[in-house]
Amino acid sequence: MSSIPLLTSKAFGLTVERLCYQLIEDHGALEGLALIGLQPRGILLARRLRSELDRILGKEHLRYGELDITFHRDDFRHRSSLPQPSATQLDFSLDDRKVVLVDDVLYTGRTIRAGLDAMLAFGRPASVQLLVLIDRRFSRELPIQPDYVGRWVDSIGEQRVTVQWKETDGTDQVLLHGTGTEGREPSSLAQGTSADR
Amino acid sequence: MNTTAQSEQLSVEHLLGIKELTAADIELIFRTADGFKEVLNRPIKKVPSLRDLTIANLFFESSTRTRVSFELAQKRLSADVVNFSSSGSSVSKGETLVDTVNNILAMKVDMVVMRHPDPGAAVFLSRHVDARIVNAGDGTHEHPTQALLDAYSIREKLGKVKGVKVLIVGDILHSRVALSNIFCLQKLGAEVMLCGPQTLMPRYIDTLGVRVEPDLDKALKWCDVANMLRIQLERQGGDGVANFPSLREYAMRYGLDLERYKRSRDAAGGKEIVIMHPGPINRGVEVTSQVADHANSIILDQVENGVAIRMAVLYLLAARIPRTAV
Repeated sequence: MSSIPLLTSKAFGLTVERLCYQLIEDHGALEGLALIGLQPRGILLARRLRSELDRILGKEHLRYGELDITFHRDDFRHRSSLPQPSATQLDFSLDDRKVVLVDDVLYTGRTIRAGLDAMLAFGRPASVQLLVLIDRRFSRELPIQPDYVGRWVDSIGEQRVTVQWKETDGTDQVLLHGTGTEGREPSSLAQGTSADR
Repeated sequence: MNTTAQSEQLSVEHLLGIKELTAADIELIFRTADGFKEVLNRPIKKVPSLRDLTIANLFFESSTRTRVSFELAQKRLSADVVNFSSSGSSVSKGETLVDTVNNILAMKVDMVVMRHPDPGAAVFLSRHVDARIVNAGDGTHEHPTQALLDAYSIREKLGKVKGVKVLIVGDILHSRVALSNIFCLQKLGAEVMLCGPQTLMPRYIDTLGVRVEPDLDKALKWCDVANMLRIQLERQGGDGVANFPSLREYAMRYGLDLERYKRSRDAAGGKEIVIMHPGPINRGVEVTSQVADHANSIILDQVENGVAIRMAVLYLLAARIPRTAV
């Protein structure tokens, strides 16, 4: 299966850094902010953002958590395979906090819906925003849109986006799979880097 | 989404006994229970997974812990629950088990959790009714969720089950907990030793690959974990023969008090034995209060883990129920 890179290692680093500065731009010193990575893959981006934010601002500015959404999925008994739960680590109340949910790829929006549902067990946040590295726009099945986006991609259903991380895969990059198998080019890839929609 | 989480299913459609499970099934139940244990420590201890399922709890034999534990597990998975106990029911009017259950299933019930005084009742039911059956204890045969939560508690306390030396003390003859525990621990690679009066030790039990040691002090010296079974007073003397002379004599020979605990610890070079008991405790018979409430007793952890284990079992069995088109 052929694949093309959406983000190479260097662009990857720049994108993560830009997302950090956008968070700082919107939230100042990040007081009262909680960064929550969605298991299993969103936590890698969330951890990267946290260490990058610590580097930029100095330590101890934001609360950080990881949330597993397995038991809140809407496809339980709808599919033959059964996803395994991962660990949730959220040792503070979300009451009146500004929450930023973090995931790697936004596709149908169903994971985020489950994440919103799971998150409510930990309190009533003042506000919730969504940060994703890759937004597969025009593929949404629910009315959910991100507030911060690393890169947009226009892709079709059979295509797959994989995000690889230095920590788990040896290198930072984002790949789009299933392109050009029948001479089909990926529909236009958004090159813009502004997160403002 | 790009999920790398492994996908697995249980190899069984019902939980009738540990004997039918594979080691991989048990590991899957434990991993899922880890997730539910974390859910149970949240401010809101509820997930929506089973909200479209109805579960009937049929208890043809008295139970406190298991029934409450199953009911809490079901409610925390958002299932609808109906409870039934044999006293004050049509069973006392002579209705058969299959008729009773089929009448309940006619009201659109998806799963049945059953405790019954007859061995094999759960297997029998699974062959004759169209619902998923969870065995919550069938006579002296099996009590699978108890064995799962026992092994899970050992794994939590000691970090592993493989290679751990587990001693089961007491009324092995009448104990479904003992049999399920033997199957479960052996599948996970633990060593099992049994200790109890000869009259309460089933003949040929050693063919299961367990060791039998009639002397409690020697057995305690050997083990890492001691599971002190309850003397089942309601099942003694059914054939008109007493299996031991008196509770006092039983307590002296097979009860664990603090003095004996310390003695065996010193004899084994300071090794602290983990104390377990499936409940309900006859304080002063199987264990004294000092031992039951000892720092190395995990009796209440067993109860806590019971809810997470039962949530995992119900969740994994529910995952195998096909969705019917509306």
